[in-house]
Amino acid sequence: MNILACIKQVPDMAGHFEPNEAGTWFDETGLTWRMNEYDTFAVEQAVRLKEQLGGEAEVTVVSVGPARVVETIRKALAMGCDEGMHIDDAEAPERDPWQIASMIAGFAAGRGFDLVFTGMQSEDRSSAQVGVLVAERLGIACVTGITAFEWQDGEITVEREIEGGRICSIRLKSPALLTCQQGLNSPRYPNLPSIMKAKRKKLTVMQPAEVGLEEPKVSSEKFRPHERKSAGVILEGSPAELAVQVLDILETKTAVLGKGGAR
Amino acid sequence: MKLLLVGECRDGRLATETAELFGFSARLDAEVSMALVGSADDLPAFDGRLYLANLETYGEFSSDVHKRLVLAAVEREQPDAVVLLHSSYGWDLAPRLAAAMQSAQISGVVGLDDDGYVVESCNGKMLRTVTPQTPVAVLTLQPGAFEALAMDGQPEVIKLDTSTESAIEFVGCRQPEAGIDLTRAEVIVSTGRGVGNAEQVALVEALASALGGEVGASRQAVDAGWLDRSRQIGSSGQSVSPALYVACGISGAIQHLAGMKGSGFVLAVNTDRDAPIASVADVLAVADVAEFLPALTAALEKR
Repeated sequence: MNILACIKQVPDMAGHFEPNEAGTWFDETGLTWRMNEYDTFAVEQAVRLKEQLGGEAEVTVVSVGPARVVETIRKALAMGCDEGMHIDDAEAPERDPWQIASMIAGFAAGRGFDLVFTGMQSEDRSSAQVGVLVAERLGIACVTGITAFEWQDGEITVEREIEGGRICSIRLKSPALLTCQQGLNSPRYPNLPSIMKAKRKKLTVMQPAEVGLEEPKVSSEKFRPHERKSAGVILEGSPAELAVQVLDILETKTAVLGKGGAR
Repeated sequence: MKLLLVGECRDGRLATETAELFGFSARLDAEVSMALVGSADDLPAFDGRLYLANLETYGEFSSDVHKRLVLAAVEREQPDAVVLLHSSYGWDLAPRLAAAMQSAQISGVVGLDDDGYVVESCNGKMLRTVTPQTPVAVLTLQPGAFEALAMDGQPEVIKLDTSTESAIEFVGCRQPEAGIDLTRAEVIVSTGRGVGNAEQVALVEALASALGGEVGASRQAVDAGWLDRSRQIGSSGQSVSPALYVACGISGAIQHLAGMKGSGFVLAVNTDRDAPIASVADVLAVADVAEFLPALTAALEKR
């Protein structure tokens, strides 16, 4: 069994974002980097499947990005992936989903992956396209946003949660690509021995041209804060001061305090 | 401009957000047609061509079959753009269409700009304008971003058919377990990831109790196992409209906002003043949940 996990390194979303000079994306100054959360579910599921199969499975982790993404690939290796592939592309943060998919599919084609796990979307671009585009290019089955996964004798059963909290069950066969949603699993925190071991695992570097980088399908500009119309009052201060101010506002602006609460 | 809209059915019914596809088309003053896997007794009302495939034959979710059906409509209509909702159906289907059409896809459109489509980035904190570089584009619209247009008219129905051969087998859907009904609560105090850990949910419960309200949760808080899924608020949980909504440590993902936008007064407690929840909050208290909630609870109890 040959498994591929696809990961992206993204900034911590609690950081403060400023446009870059061209206004096409964010300036990286001051941001801290980590694995895209949806991709942590992908890595965890890949490693769990390998553990279930006990030794007959190998997990490769691939990431497209500048030199800094090696750190995130090492994290995935520490979580239990066997081998890393870094597609070294300094321009990756501004490439569109079509281009990223062209490289991942270019790498995966002909390598015989039985299962590919990706995040459902990235937290920074949120396109939810790359996984499906890779599957379409590879001509393999694909289900997006899975919240449960089961493998039994070559048969895959997944669940996806849809609007209104309904949960749908879907069966498919490998080769397949699955994009992973919150709720699928709780990704492990690697311990020190795993982190040390990960440093010795094989990590190969490839260039975008070698894996078939294509031209973009979209252009992106005017990166800017999402200023919303109805922004209210912002209060700061010590917890006790804030509590007094907030209570005062609730008393004057809402009717809930006098009524004794919920119906 | 010529748009091919892709409608969707959920649980056998035409999804209500379909009206937002028409709202979007009206903003662009576009000529519209629609492709739909639906049933003849629940058709969208509009004047235009409706490419209809039978829901019973092709099912609600069968991505590769639906892809072939929509592509057949694209072939006949030759639209400038194919427009879907950014729903569990649309985000799954759209890239399959874009791949087949070798076209640009723009996901989660929330607005229109002179030269392109506006989308959110960085968990909703930022916006950018994206412009297709291909003659035809595939767009998915963020639910709630465009006004629903009252539907009116009589479509000209054109039947669509394809083989039902599929790489995936849809087994079925189950309804969520019935739990607490938050839709009629007057006060909801909601738990997000910023609450920190399961123990601190007690602080949220104490505040809810002091306010005489119910406890709600974001998807993250439910996935972390802090609260039961029946308390989840958002597009995959309950849609609520309390007089007072207190969002504790909730960043405000668009899916969460969709479920609480009907609230009367919104108090947000968050350490990040840039968090998207600030956009819908009447008051944002920039504070740590662990420190502020006990202070507010104590102040309420002293009244």
